[in-house]
Amino acid sequence: MDGAAILDDLRARFGAAVLETHDHCGDHTALVDRAAVREVLRYCRDAGALGFDVLMDLTAVDYSRFPGREDGPRFEVVYHLYAIGHNHRLRVKVRVDEDEPVVPSAVPLWPIADWFEREVWDMFGIRFDGHPDLRRLLMYESFVGHPLRKDYPIDRRQPLIGPAH
Amino acid sequence: MGVGSFFTSKLDEAIGWARKYSIFQYPFVTACCGMEYMATACSHYDVDRFGAGLPRFSPRQADVLFVVGTISHKMAPVLKRIYDQMTEPKWVVAFGVCTCTGGFYDNYATVQGIDTIIPVDVYIPGCPPRPESVLDGLMKLQDKIAVQVQRY
Amino acid sequence: MATTTREFMLGEGTGPGTAPGTENMQLGLGPQHPAMHGIIRINTELDGEIIRKADVEIGYLHRAFEKDCEVGGWNNAIPYTDRLNYVSPLINNFAYASAVEKLLGIEVTERCQYIRTIMAEISRVCDHLTCVGASAMELGAFTVFLYMIKAREFLWELVEAVTGARLTISYGRVGGVKADLPDDFAAQTKKAFAETRVVLAEVHRLLTGNRIFMDRMVGIGRLSREETVAYAITGPLLRAAGVAYDVRRAQPHWAYDRVEWEVASEKDGDNYARYLVRMREMEQSMRIAEQALDAIPAGPVNVDFEGRPIEPSAYVDQGKQGKTEGLLLVPITLSPNLQGQGREAQKRVNVGDKRVVLPSKEHAYGSIEGLMNHFMLIMEGYGIRPPAGEAYFATEGANGELGFYVVSDGSDRPYRVRCRPPCLPPLAALHRMVEGEMIADLIPTFGSVNMIGGELDR
Repeated sequence: MDGAAILDDLRARFGAAVLETHDHCGDHTALVDRAAVREVLRYCRDAGALGFDVLMDLTAVDYSRFPGREDGPRFEVVYHLYAIGHNHRLRVKVRVDEDEPVVPSAVPLWPIADWFEREVWDMFGIRFDGHPDLRRLLMYESFVGHPLRKDYPIDRRQPLIGPAH
Repeated sequence: MGVGSFFTSKLDEAIGWARKYSIFQYPFVTACCGMEYMATACSHYDVDRFGAGLPRFSPRQADVLFVVGTISHKMAPVLKRIYDQMTEPKWVVAFGVCTCTGGFYDNYATVQGIDTIIPVDVYIPGCPPRPESVLDGLMKLQDKIAVQVQRY
Repeated sequence: MATTTREFMLGEGTGPGTAPGTENMQLGLGPQHPAMHGIIRINTELDGEIIRKADVEIGYLHRAFEKDCEVGGWNNAIPYTDRLNYVSPLINNFAYASAVEKLLGIEVTERCQYIRTIMAEISRVCDHLTCVGASAMELGAFTVFLYMIKAREFLWELVEAVTGARLTISYGRVGGVKADLPDDFAAQTKKAFAETRVVLAEVHRLLTGNRIFMDRMVGIGRLSREETVAYAITGPLLRAAGVAYDVRRAQPHWAYDRVEWEVASEKDGDNYARYLVRMREMEQSMRIAEQALDAIPAGPVNVDFEGRPIEPSAYVDQGKQGKTEGLLLVPITLSPNLQGQGREAQKRVNVGDKRVVLPSKEHAYGSIEGLMNHFMLIMEGYGIRPPAGEAYFATEGANGELGFYVVSDGSDRPYRVRCRPPCLPPLAALHRMVEGEMIADLIPTFGSVNMIGGELDR
């Protein structure tokens, strides 16, 4: 299916839950409301014409230092989907507030979301509702803070042993 | 002084010579430097001709700890533990600039030089060091091993 | 209630293991272990020799790649990308550069596309050589490891002739590559590939029909096709499970659609199938590189001297002293990979876009426009400034789909660089591959997954 047709299909089916769409640089993207995201992803996976059977990537971006978006919702969780049979891609984004950084988990849909979401929790501090075992993936358990957030200074070290600098 | 010290110094030399040509390395390989370590250990840049060709994958059986590649803060306690498990005499080689000073990873995750955790004998800088540098470092280590004074 | 020693010895009691009176044993593998691939911890729960549960713990090589990329300019991230999949660093460089070029909306020159294809395929062969060699060594076939590293040395000499370094090459740039190929590259490549093919033939004779190798690899570490797809596994593991998905074929980029090659795939999805896929991929990669070398536009440089040839350092001195009259008319013999690029060589492999690519040395030292251009790209606050937005570019890394998701805020520093690691999904699925197998089967399975720590933990 054509990227624009996919976006039309989503808009037709989910209406107001699809807040924005764009295709900058040729990547078709849909910004979706948080409450509807699991339904949207399920539809993307199961609908025959879409058939997104691969969750290629699940990551997040901290927009708190982005010029023009410092006051808006702080995080954006980004899903990159790919359909092997149809060979088309889609990006789904969800905006998340700093005060309530929770997103429904995609683990029931794709098992790989387990590790991707653990990494997002580790790096950004966004919780995933329904994740079986949300613990840190890359940093050690005693690490305090979420390193990829813009307010975490890059050289703040919390060594387990040895000096900090 | 006298005849006794002549024999012990000759014995020291002999032990030093034997030790420097029979290095059992523990390759603590973590990252990219591991590829150059492999290259040095294999046929082209053969490290076996220095007597250092057999890696022992147990700290109890090894005498030189080659720390190859970046050590992150998560890995640091493991490194210290392995170092502690090795028996005397032991030497440590910091292979690659990440182990010498942290390299260009000046961030929250990387140990800025393993000499903040364990004592280091030879530093081999490079990112990754060419096998020729490694062999140079190995020869410097051999010089160090040869002159080490034994305490009886 | 816990089992007493007497009960345990007599096989009675109420322990929680499979047989009455027994307990499963917890055995940790790693993070430091003899397998050469990387540091990882696999906590296994064993019932005798059979793995009942395996919990994989990663992050021991987390080096803050994504955070480090936000610190400097767009080209500053290139050395960090080298160290992602450090066995095939050229692919990472080019994938990142292509993602930024997608954001900028520019298309590299045709010669550059061919060069990227050739160097990426050489890198891929290096990666597969290391993977198969190290896995074979872990099974006891030490000779195979030595042969494959020997072949890798020939390829590294090639890479060194082009980029100046063996492993961490920092060759790709946004808008092109660092420098053009040296003159005799085609001849060197032919020789290196001939040697590599001899080694591959030898390894085929040693391993492919080998009884012990097959006993240890066939049927082990199997993952069904549905599970492989559900775990977003791509690359040789997916192709070994029967899905012939290769990003180079599905979304052609660089010069992949202009050369003829086959996607290698098998059906069984076990370790032996993965080995066969990798061996065939090496042959296909060499085929791609050879065809690309034959077809590359604007062949090797022939420097025709119209004026006086001059020593590069003397030329630069002259320019610095302000004696710039007629300097741009003089042809310079610069070695492409060491001294930077001459005008002609630069033009062929870099986009002619002043906002992105540094001017050649002659222009920077010889004309005021070149100097200003250089200043605008290097000084802080200036530099490459893609328009605000986001882009995702994926290529076929040695382990699968290697994607870079870059977000720009319009400034000269990346706002967010995300590397989609191709070896993370197989590690997430590792527990599915080894549960029910014996502990000794963990080693070939882990070897065939080809975990590269730099890419996994970033």
